[in-house]
Amino acid sequence: MTTLLEADTDRLLAAVRALLVQKGIATPEEIAERIESTDAASPALGARMVARAWVDPEFRALMLSDGARAAETLGIVMRGAPPLGVMECTEDTHVLVVCTLCSCYPRAVLGYPPYWYKSAAYRARAVREPRGLLAEFGTVLPEGTRIRLVDSTADYRWMVLPLRPPGTEDWDEDRLAAIVRAGDMIGVTQVHA
Amino acid sequence: MTLAPGTRVKVRDDWPETRGPCHIRTPHYLRGETGTVVRHLGDFPNPEDLAFARPAARLPLYHVRFALPAIWPEPHAGDEILAEVFGPWLEEA
Repeated sequence: MTTLLEADTDRLLAAVRALLVQKGIATPEEIAERIESTDAASPALGARMVARAWVDPEFRALMLSDGARAAETLGIVMRGAPPLGVMECTEDTHVLVVCTLCSCYPRAVLGYPPYWYKSAAYRARAVREPRGLLAEFGTVLPEGTRIRLVDSTADYRWMVLPLRPPGTEDWDEDRLAAIVRAGDMIGVTQVHA
Repeated sequence: MTLAPGTRVKVRDDWPETRGPCHIRTPHYLRGETGTVVRHLGDFPNPEDLAFARPAARLPLYHVRFALPAIWPEPHAGDEILAEVFGPWLEEA
């Protein structure tokens, strides 16, 4: 008998897709639609949300209270996605997101996670020694900044609203969105102009 | 009954994995620790049943804040962790 880990992944995928249809859990069209939206999602979506929040206080308030609704107002497809929570960095608090149990990630707005996000090392060190971990990403927090770690343990997916960097006061939304990277929205890095 | 924000809670020091196959969303490092309810995030089907295709009751899910230095020595004073914890794992502290 072949175990799950030894199985040919293409055949395994085909079998699971067939079962989902056979059992009436999802139609082939729904499966194709979800694959398409998952493949299409990228950090550029989250970056648009961040840039909008930096220039529009009303959007910022909505984003912090209901991330999924805020995403939808920008035309981002959230149907079927888990609830999205957004945590903001402030002058005295830096937010870092991890999923210590597995690899929960806000894929609808950030796309596929970076390879290290799922690593045992990242997951363990984020909670145990976050400053050492951040330093390896080149992030050194000012003395006195506290860390708010968000462990994505259940049904929500979390993203970070990073601090707007100084020197960008007269930038428009598109220019702002272009400097926001996935790491800034996980909290391993900060946005630099 | 829904726990109000600010309620002090203790995560049950329970280890179902020592009793048999299970799927739990409460990390090891938080069991037995005391924290504060930040808010009720909503009610979600119990993952411990969902994982085994059993009928799953909807349970309250809370965002709970813990002081990080109380759990590990490395973090600085003021550092904190927010985790999602299901109601049955919490008792009032």
